[in-house]
Amino acid sequence: MSGFFVVVLLLLLFIIVVQIAKASEYVAILKGEKKTQEQNNRLHATLMLVFLIAGLIGLYICHELLKDKLLPVAASVQGVAIDHMMTVTLVITGIVFFITQILLFVFAYKYRGREGHQASYYHENSRIEFFWTAIPALTMTILVAIGLKHWFSITSAAPPNAMVVEVTGKQFNWIFRYPGKDGVLGKRDYRLIDEGKFNPLGQVWSDPYNHDDVVSSELHLVVGRPVKLEIGSRDVIHDVGLPYFRLKMDAVPGVPTTLWFTPKYTTAEMAKMTGDPNFVYKLVCDQLCGAGHYSMVANIVVETQQEFDQWLASQKSQYELAKEGGAIPSDTTKMAMLPVKAQPSVVSAK
Amino acid sequence: MSSEVYTGQAQRAAVAAVAVHDGDGHAHHHHQSFITKYIFSQDHKVISKQFLITGMIWAIIGGFFSVIFRLQLGFPDKSFPFLETIFGHWAAGGHISPELYYQLVTMHGTIMIFFVLTAGLSGTFSNFLIPLQLGARDMASPFLNMLSYWFFFAASIIMLISLFLKTGPSEAGWTAYPPLSALHEASEGSKTGMDLWLISMAVFVVSQLLAGLNYISTILNMRTKGMSMTRMPLTIWALFFTAVLGVLSFPVLLSGFILLLFDRNLGTSFYLSDIYIAGHALPNQGGSPILYEHLFWFLGHPEVYIVMLPGMGITSELLATHSRKPIFGYLAMVGSLFAIASLSFLVWAHHMFVSGMNPFLGAFFVLFTLLIAVPSSVKVFNWLATLWKGNIQYTVPALFAIGFVSLFISGGLTGIWLGNSALDLHLHDTYFVIAHFHLVMGIAAFFGMFAGVYHWFPKMFGRFMNNTLGYIHFWVTFIGAYLMFWPMHYEGLAGMPRRYYEYSADALAIYHRFQGLNEFISVVAIIVFAVQLMFVFNFFYSIFKGRPVKDPNPWKANTLEWTTPIHVGHGNWPGEIPEVHRWAYDYSKNGIDFIPQTVPVSPAEEEVGETVKTPQ
Ligand code: HEM
Ligand SMILES: [Cu+2]
Ligand SMILES: [Cu+2]
Repeated sequence: MSGFFVVVLLLLLFIIVVQIAKASEYVAILKGEKKTQEQNNRLHATLMLVFLIAGLIGLYICHELLKDKLLPVAASVQGVAIDHMMTVTLVITGIVFFITQILLFVFAYKYRGREGHQASYYHENSRIEFFWTAIPALTMTILVAIGLKHWFSITSAAPPNAMVVEVTGKQFNWIFRYPGKDGVLGKRDYRLIDEGKFNPLGQVWSDPYNHDDVVSSELHLVVGRPVKLEIGSRDVIHDVGLPYFRLKMDAVPGVPTTLWFTPKYTTAEMAKMTGDPNFVYKLVCDQLCGAGHYSMVANIVVETQQEFDQWLASQKSQYELAKEGGAIPSDTTKMAMLPVKAQPSVVSAK
Repeated sequence: MSSEVYTGQAQRAAVAAVAVHDGDGHAHHHHQSFITKYIFSQDHKVISKQFLITGMIWAIIGGFFSVIFRLQLGFPDKSFPFLETIFGHWAAGGHISPELYYQLVTMHGTIMIFFVLTAGLSGTFSNFLIPLQLGARDMASPFLNMLSYWFFFAASIIMLISLFLKTGPSEAGWTAYPPLSALHEASEGSKTGMDLWLISMAVFVVSQLLAGLNYISTILNMRTKGMSMTRMPLTIWALFFTAVLGVLSFPVLLSGFILLLFDRNLGTSFYLSDIYIAGHALPNQGGSPILYEHLFWFLGHPEVYIVMLPGMGITSELLATHSRKPIFGYLAMVGSLFAIASLSFLVWAHHMFVSGMNPFLGAFFVLFTLLIAVPSSVKVFNWLATLWKGNIQYTVPALFAIGFVSLFISGGLTGIWLGNSALDLHLHDTYFVIAHFHLVMGIAAFFGMFAGVYHWFPKMFGRFMNNTLGYIHFWVTFIGAYLMFWPMHYEGLAGMPRRYYEYSADALAIYHRFQGLNEFISVVAIIVFAVQLMFVFNFFYSIFKGRPVKDPNPWKANTLEWTTPIHVGHGNWPGEIPEVHRWAYDYSKNGIDFIPQTVPVSPAEEEVGETVKTPQ
């Protein structure tokens, strides 16, 4: 019912506006074209100036309202660099923004059409044109240099002491795999995937490296220790989005990708810094992957090495789980016959 | 100049052809049925209106979709029973389903970018302005021109049908990345809806190629006597580069789509490898979705300039006309269009920094992307310098042109953030991107289109649009655009992912703090949408009831289209085609308000344009 009234009200409003608009057209004709244009020039030139001032105040208010809703400090070493670069970029583009917008609206006001005035026939000045081509070119060169410096350091090979975690996206959740004590991730074949048989990743059970691999729905990281994510997908493209760490990388079926970074603060430290005792790092899917895309979120725990070791030790390997669930016959020799060579999809085997 | 001679010949040939065709011209039209005159017309002006009106219908649909999904984002807990009335079980209980959400988002993007801002925008103005501003009777091939519209129409119908499928239209986003778009099991929209989407887009590409080739050949061959390339108005230059971009990049998109159709229906594996979905492993091996991303963005990036350039041309033209001042730096404007058009082929992979592409390759795309900022800023400075010491007449088109510059600056500067790959690591696929491309491309291109419609409406229909409604339209849209999209930067900086159906899950608690803002944005979106409907009303009302045009040159403009009669017939000029003697920007020269291009240069005058000499 209230919807109906809103519609009627809007229609009425619309009719009134149209009537006023029609009437003002007649008034304009009565007044004469020239006079009307003069008035419009004054009105809209003034509005342009008002827009500028209100807009600048609006920017300030918007910033005050929203600045506390931004993310806490970057939680990775790489993220700190990115935040720093973002500040530099903000300052440079901010200066250009204010100069050009203020000039635009001030000109719009100042050079409004006035009776008896004429525009200047001024359309060229090669010196000034040279400068305003050269200065942006120079600025861009600087930004490219800063950007590529960070880009190459972030995308360089992971340091040798990095721990490895495998991240696999699927509609609509994330699966993490840890190499276990042997430090090596076992072979996988996507054709062996079988959720009912405790094998969500298609681990090849005949590969002994698989026997201690732990599979989890939570990403556990060690503070201060570089981590290399080996990223893949089971079905469509997903994206490992790490807003707190300022990073992301696509998870592409058939094309393994990697991302490494160094977490800076444990979850507990971050909880203290943000004043939010329930703080949890999140991994969000950042690539449209179907109807459940918006629900594809995982928790990340950043902890000390000791806590991590304890956690890992407390986890059963997927192999054990599968065995307990009766998915693997105790006699594994038959499985070992599997033609390993014909498996093109070995995601990671060191 | 040999091209001069050639132009002259082509022109005489065209005149002769029309003379034969039209009999004794416009004293009495030979009998044209309603069908050949308004439907299967080969007159570029009618085709232009067909593109415009079809584009407007699509814009209403695409805008309406954004209102619906904004309702979901702004009021996720509220039930809107009318949604169930419209969408049936897709919106059971007055809540749209996730599938419907993604279908609306996908259709919104596809419609806005391709159907409105490509076909609707350059279809309208290329068709209308190229012959009229160059002094040609029609396009090089009026028949292909007509076909280009009807291919677009067919594409429209196919896309429209997909909206009514049982499984709904595509929901893979306007970018349609496989495997999501390749596998029927991946989503409801990946079933028949996706096939229709691909077929519709393939037909659309054909339409764009026919159109583009025609625009290019017309511009190169059909200019009137004296209209050398360097005397062309900047609108034409912009539309020329737009057409070139389309012709060079749309075929690549088409190939990408066709391979996708093969993967979907014929069991090929161009984009598919190692996939386990819906409980079974697929046999496909060796394909790569990243190949699709390259093929898509090889068009996708030039596409954003296909959307932008017409608006840039229109803005340049209108800022000069309405501030009664020559455009500043004409040659630099042409040069920067050329630079933008060329560079736009070397930056596509800035959409793919986090796709898994080789990071070393990424470095080149960073370089070229930030380089594009140089010609872009040259354009902005030239527009500012054009206003400087002008005598700005605040008509509705002038307002939209100034608004275009402001939006282009605001949205363009964040491109420098996103183009720098290290920052893109954080910002990619967040609301920061939504804010960026809506300001710089979505709203700005719409502003270019509005400016053009208000400016050339008198030429199209012999009447004016209502000014007061136009002023209201401008201010509400301009303010609304900033209110909607500026705060989205903050959401993006906070890492809020785009293409999310809702943020209410506990796991996304961090984004609950933006709920108030989302509500606000949605309310503004509804108001802005309502004002667009008012514009549509103004448009159609004015076609029939607008103030009639009395002066054939109501804006006192220099370009050739205003030398035609108020009601332009087939063939454009009743007599001979006028000859051009100067560039289009002699405003306020030697104390004279404006000097049309047809006025010969007096011996005392210094000519600008062909051989640009510095005054003083
Ligand atoms: C009233 C005006 C508009 C509003 C309120 C609006 C709002 C939005 C929002 C909120 C999204 C993101 C949805 C999501 O990611 O979940 C979106 C996506 C998009 N919009 Fe708009 N939009 C408007 C006009 C336009 C215009 C004029 C264009 C023309 C370029 C446009 C092109 C797009 C595209 C390409 C997408 C991406 C679609 C995708 O993710 O596949 N929009 N719009
Ligand atoms: Cu996902
Ligand atoms: Cu791009």
